[in-house]
Amino acid sequence: MALFIAKPDLEELRQHGEETYPFECCGVLLGRVDDVGGKRVHEVVRCSNQRTESPHNRYFIDPRELVGIQRRAHERELDIVGFYHSHPQHPARWSATDLEEAHWPGCSYVITSVMNGVATQTNSFDLVAEGESKSFQNEELHVE
Amino acid sequence: MKVLIPTPLRQYTGRQSTVELEAGSVDEALCELTTRYPELRKQLFTAEGELRKFVNVYVNDEDIRYLERERTLVKPTDTISIIPSVAGGSVAARRGF
Ligand SMILES: [Zn+2]
Repeated sequence: MALFIAKPDLEELRQHGEETYPFECCGVLLGRVDDVGGKRVHEVVRCSNQRTESPHNRYFIDPRELVGIQRRAHERELDIVGFYHSHPQHPARWSATDLEEAHWPGCSYVITSVMNGVATQTNSFDLVAEGESKSFQNEELHVE
Repeated sequence: MKVLIPTPLRQYTGRQSTVELEAGSVDEALCELTTRYPELRKQLFTAEGELRKFVNVYVNDEDIRYLERERTLVKPTDTISIIPSVAGGSVAARRGF
């Protein structure tokens, strides 16, 4: 699997992480999946981090917000192909919590490390489910 | 009425993003849906038949957990959305959180 994203869209989600620093940002990636499993981002949708208890190291997207995003995407023949969030003062690698709370197999989870307010590395991970177990696979992030 | 299927569950609905069906309640709708697509059942429900904690079911813009849960009545013009939760964090979860 690979995730294709336009440079301005990538910049948008990285900037979101800088704006919310020292808290985690989060959002949804709308797009389409091609026949060979590549995912192409058409739009980045910002969400607010509803985790008020420890927003510096946790994130949670309000399901009601997701419902609206999914419905509007459907009307435009787009799909939810992934999500993004930031890791303030942490590397752009998924955590045990990220895996435990990931429930969208086939979707991309894009993580940006934000160090001292500046977005550094951005990586994408593909959630793969096999039976009862799931894992994150490194995924190529193609910037176009 | 219409049921919106999230991307990860479409492998169980023959790639369909929406399913049209007739139902008077959420329970009837989910029952009809999982009868048509039996592999969905395990994705949505635990072995005890409870909706999985990370599976959110909405009637239009309302979470059925704040309505009458599966007994919530629906009209032909309503849309049911199935939406798995989206969360995470950079550190390990604390117990009981
Ligand atoms: Zn994370």
